[in-house]
Amino acid sequence: MIEMEKIRKTYIDGTIALDNVSVKIDRNEFVYLVGPSGAGKSTFMKLIYREEVPTAGQIFVNGFNIGKLKQRKIPYVRRNIGVIFQDFRLLPKLTVFENIAFAMEAIEAPRKVIKKRTMEVLELVGLKHKYKNFPSQLSGGEQQRVSIARAIVNNPSVIVADEPTGNLDPDTSLDIMNLLEEINFRGTTIVMATHNKEIVNSMRKRVIAIENGSIVRDEQRGEYGYEI
Amino acid sequence: MKFSTMTRHMREGFKSIIRNGWMSFASISSIFISLFILGIFILLALNMNYMAAQMESQVQIRVYFETDATDEMITNVQNKIGKISEVSKLTYVSKEEGLAFLRDKMGEDNSDWLEGYDDENNPLPISLTIELSDTRLVDSIAQQIDILNGTFDPKPIKEVKYGNETVETLFKITNAIRNAGFAIVVALAVTAMLLISNTIKMTIVARKREIGIMKLVGATNAFIRWPFFIEGALIGIISSIVTTIIILIGYDQVIHIFQYDLSLMLIQLLPLEQVITLTATIMITLGSLIGIWGSVMSVRKYLKV
Repeated sequence: MIEMEKIRKTYIDGTIALDNVSVKIDRNEFVYLVGPSGAGKSTFMKLIYREEVPTAGQIFVNGFNIGKLKQRKIPYVRRNIGVIFQDFRLLPKLTVFENIAFAMEAIEAPRKVIKKRTMEVLELVGLKHKYKNFPSQLSGGEQQRVSIARAIVNNPSVIVADEPTGNLDPDTSLDIMNLLEEINFRGTTIVMATHNKEIVNSMRKRVIAIENGSIVRDEQRGEYGYEI
Repeated sequence: MKFSTMTRHMREGFKSIIRNGWMSFASISSIFISLFILGIFILLALNMNYMAAQMESQVQIRVYFETDATDEMITNVQNKIGKISEVSKLTYVSKEEGLAFLRDKMGEDNSDWLEGYDDENNPLPISLTIELSDTRLVDSIAQQIDILNGTFDPKPIKEVKYGNETVETLFKITNAIRNAGFAIVVALAVTAMLLISNTIKMTIVARKREIGIMKLVGATNAFIRWPFFIEGALIGIISSIVTTIIILIGYDQVIHIFQYDLSLMLIQLLPLEQVITLTATIMITLGSLIGIWGSVMSVRKYLKV
C-alpha cells in the first residue's frame, strides 16, 4: 500500500528532514506517527500525498512510484489519498455541502451521484443538518468533521491526517478519533501524525516514532512514549 | 471535459462573483474607472477626427471667370474640369446665385454693404465651386486648372482660389489632432490593463490558499482555472457594459444640452448612432480581454503547488 525505500529528503536550505527511512504500511492499517516537532513527521506525510518529492530513495503508494510522477498525473493520484489537516483547510466561500461536493466535482462525478454521496458522508460525520452552513459558522470540531467527510467522499484507499486533533478539545478529539476508527474499520488505511498522548495510549495502534529524520521505533499496539 | 463539468464551472464562476462581493466590487470599480476615462477619450478622439474631417471637406477650389468670358467658353472649361477624376462635385454659380450667397453669408447686420446691387448691375463674376474626393490634392488640382486655363486664348479664368497656406496649416493641425487622439487612447488602454490586472491579482492572491486546497483534493489545473476564467470574463463584461451604457447616455445628454451653444461656435458633434458601435465594441472587447487576461495570468502563478 505505502512503501518507502531508503528515503532521504533534504530541503533547499540544507535541512535534512528525513534520512534513510524505509517503512511499509499495509492495507487497512492504522498508524500513529509520533515524535518531537521538527522531527520529520510532516515531511513523511507530504511525501505520501506528493506535496514533496524525495531527494533520494523511492516511495510507492498504491503501486505508483510517487516521486517519479509526472506533474499532470499528480491530481489523479491525490484523488486516491484523502488528506486531513490540523487547520481543516476548508474553502471559506463554499458551504459545507459544496466543500465536500468539490472533491467529487473534481473527478467529474455525475451531479446526482454527488448529491447522494455527499449527503451520505455528511450523515456519517453527523453534520447532515448543517449542510448549508459556511465553515466560519461551525465549531472547530465540526469543521474537522467536514474535512474528514471531504477526505473520504471519493472512497480513497489511504487517509493522511496531520495532527487532526491538534486544535480541538479532548471531548471533540475523541469524537474525531471514533470517526477515524470507524473509517478505518470500513477498510481505509490511516496514517496520522499526532502529539496527543492520551489518544495514542488509549486507542492502541501501530506507532512509528520519528526523531531527527529517522525512524527510532516501530511497534504494533505501541505507546506514545514521550513526556510532553 | 464533460458538459456537466462546464456548466459547473459557469455556475461556480457566477457564484464566486457574488460570494466574493467586495473583491468583485473592487475589480468592477477599477475596470469601470479605467474604461470610463478611456471611453471619454475615445469619444473626444472620434469627435476631433470628425471635426478635422469636416474642416478638410470644406476645402474647395473656386474658379472665377473673366467678366467677358463667353458662355460657350465657360461650358467648355466646366466640361474639362469635370473630367478630372479627383473632382467629386462641380457646381456652377451664376452671378445671381453668387450675389444671393454673399448676401446670405454677410447676414442682416451687414446687408447695407450690398445695398443697391441687383441683377441689373451685379458686379460678381460667374464662378465654379469644385469639391475634391481627396482634399489633400487641392494644390495639384488647382495647378492643373491653371494649366488648362493657359491652353485657351484669351484666358477665360481670372482667378483660381483655394487658400493654399491656410489649407496646409489646416492639414497639419488635423493630422496632429488625429495622432494625439490615437496616442492618448492607446496609452490609456495600457494603463487600464495594468491597473486592472493589479486589482485582479490582489483578489487572486487572496485565493492562493484556496487554490492550494483545491490541488490537494485532486483537482486538475484546468478544473481550477475554468471558474476563475469565467469569473474574470464576467467581471470584465459586466463592468464594460455598465461603463459603455453610462458613457453613451452621458454623451447623448451632452449633445442635447450643448447642441445650441456648440452650433454657435460652428462645432458639430457626431450623433450618438455614429459613435455607439465603435465605442461599445472597443470598450466591451477590451473589458472582457482585461478580465480574462488578469485572472488567467494570476491563477497561473499559484497553480504550481
